[in-house]
Amino acid sequence: MTDASSARRAPLVLGIETSCDETGVGIVRGTHMLANTVSSSMEEHVRFGGVIPEIAARAHLEAFVPTLRQALDTAGIELRDVDAIAVTAGPGLAGALMVGLSAAKGLALAADKPLYGVNHLVAHVGVGLLDPAGESVAGPAGLRTLPENTGALLVSGGHTEILRIGSLTSDVQLLGSTIDDAAGEAFDKTARLLGLGYPGGPAIDAAAATGDPRAFRFPRGLTMPKFEGSVEAPGKHRHNWSFSGLKTAVARAVEQFEVAGRPVPVADIAASFQEAVVDVITAKAVRAAGEHGITTLMLGGGVAANKRLRELLAERCAAAGIELRIPPVSLCTDNGAMVAALGAQLVAAGVAPSSLQIPADSSQPVERISV
Amino acid sequence: MTNYDGGVILAIDSSAGASVAVLDDGQVRAQWRTAVTTTHAEVLAEAVAQTMREAEVTGAGLRGVVVGVGPGPFTGLRVGLALAHSLAEVWGVPLHGVCSLDSLAQRAVAQPAESSASAEGEFLAASDARRREVYWARYRADAQGFAELLDGPQVSAAAELPDLPVVGVGASLYPQVLTARSALESQWLPDAVELGLLAQRELRRGGAPGSTGPSATPDTAGPAQPDITARSVLRDPLPLYLRDSDAKVPAQMRAKQAS
Ligand SMILES: [Zn+2]
Repeated sequence: MTDASSARRAPLVLGIETSCDETGVGIVRGTHMLANTVSSSMEEHVRFGGVIPEIAARAHLEAFVPTLRQALDTAGIELRDVDAIAVTAGPGLAGALMVGLSAAKGLALAADKPLYGVNHLVAHVGVGLLDPAGESVAGPAGLRTLPENTGALLVSGGHTEILRIGSLTSDVQLLGSTIDDAAGEAFDKTARLLGLGYPGGPAIDAAAATGDPRAFRFPRGLTMPKFEGSVEAPGKHRHNWSFSGLKTAVARAVEQFEVAGRPVPVADIAASFQEAVVDVITAKAVRAAGEHGITTLMLGGGVAANKRLRELLAERCAAAGIELRIPPVSLCTDNGAMVAALGAQLVAAGVAPSSLQIPADSSQPVERISV
Repeated sequence: MTNYDGGVILAIDSSAGASVAVLDDGQVRAQWRTAVTTTHAEVLAEAVAQTMREAEVTGAGLRGVVVGVGPGPFTGLRVGLALAHSLAEVWGVPLHGVCSLDSLAQRAVAQPAESSASAEGEFLAASDARRREVYWARYRADAQGFAELLDGPQVSAAAELPDLPVVGVGASLYPQVLTARSALESQWLPDAVELGLLAQRELRRGGAPGSTGPSATPDTAGPAQPDITARSVLRDPLPLYLRDSDAKVPAQMRAKQAS
């Protein structure tokens, strides 16, 4: 590239996300978001009380082309204008991932564009680089970077992780994660138990508003000393979470009321459950951040919409001297712009594109930022 | 640059194994296939690129894309469809779906059996639907030597099929209850070549234009004589699932919905 202006032009990247129940197509130029179109099959999962992988995969196929067209239209560009196509290669639901991956390969092949198969979790962090709404503050290279010592707490129906990000394109480390259910899944299952509907996060949040979070003392998973150890001798699950015991405890509480023929105190149980989840998530995340020198923590994932999580996390980050960043909720939930944002970073960093033969990896580790 | 006559199509099927073909007015220019059922997401896009290179055709030289819509295992089926949707969208050409079983039927009609069963008679095409069932449809040869769909496609236990000779891998899976037209034919998998041939023939005689793409132009090459007695082999480019998603509504949700 001899022309200085073209060398400095930030990459125009189209991102595709189909790892769960949102079909997302986003378009960014560097860190400037031009489009973020999301088509959700959430309604189709309501009667099941959780995401049904086959239903999600069917919906992705039907939604893909209309979502793509709308995103291109919103951005006012054509596919031939883009510098690269980025797509979530994993982790996620295998059948759902394969729809987006195959569609992305088709676009890359037909338009002769480089393909980047990227990590969904790292993409959740990449969204934090996008310009705040209405602001286009890109520097000469059009790319801002994450602050040093950044961490990310990702909480959704599909994942619960704390990450340390040395570099978004070359150094991401998993500090801790759930060993069973994702936090959002625990919300869904508990909402189902309490007859509160789906998705469970907002339903529990609403029911909890009038309840007493101290009415029940539900367990905080993996907090016993044998799991946590100490800073000097960390236990195996020091920074990990578990929500299956909590779910069982809620079921037992509900059952006791039913057996006794007494009305189930739904609001109190919801509030106490939510407090247990939020308490253990924030306590472990903030401690992990502190022990790994993280000074800026980003929150991502659909459960970032939960009021109590935001409140308690803000409180504990402030107490620990950690700066908390929470993107708008529409960018915390799964979307294509986050995939495009990470793709743009990879292009700018000169990372080699993926081959047309990359697989969907439903359990792709965070260290594999692109494949 | 070669000036194509407008008859070149790309056909893709991923309903069982996977296959790709580039056809030019009924002639196969290049083809690729695999019987492996578990690697569609990895291999199919590269196979399309390779087959098009071999056929010396680019997206700009294509008249349309044809895709097998199954029936077949859902995940693999969607890989081919998602790919085909993107290709047709970017190239701006029509996308046509064809029932994948039609390919078995067309092969059976084009290669009359060496066995006693007559090629003019009715027969079944059957593929593996897993769970002790087959996907199947009933066909006969029409006067022009093309397979004509009479019934189906549907999914059933092999024992419930009409008593007719069977082609396709479904026959070899349930030899106790299905009568293969021949041993060789009971190994057949659907293939993009016949799907392409069937679609081209339909387009020549003025079949339905593709469901997508801005450049769907009427066929000027062939005699536009719509055959009103035969139904079109061209379908919407969406999977023929034939089965529900299998999702069970949890007991707690059922109770809630009933109340
Ligand atoms: Zn996510």
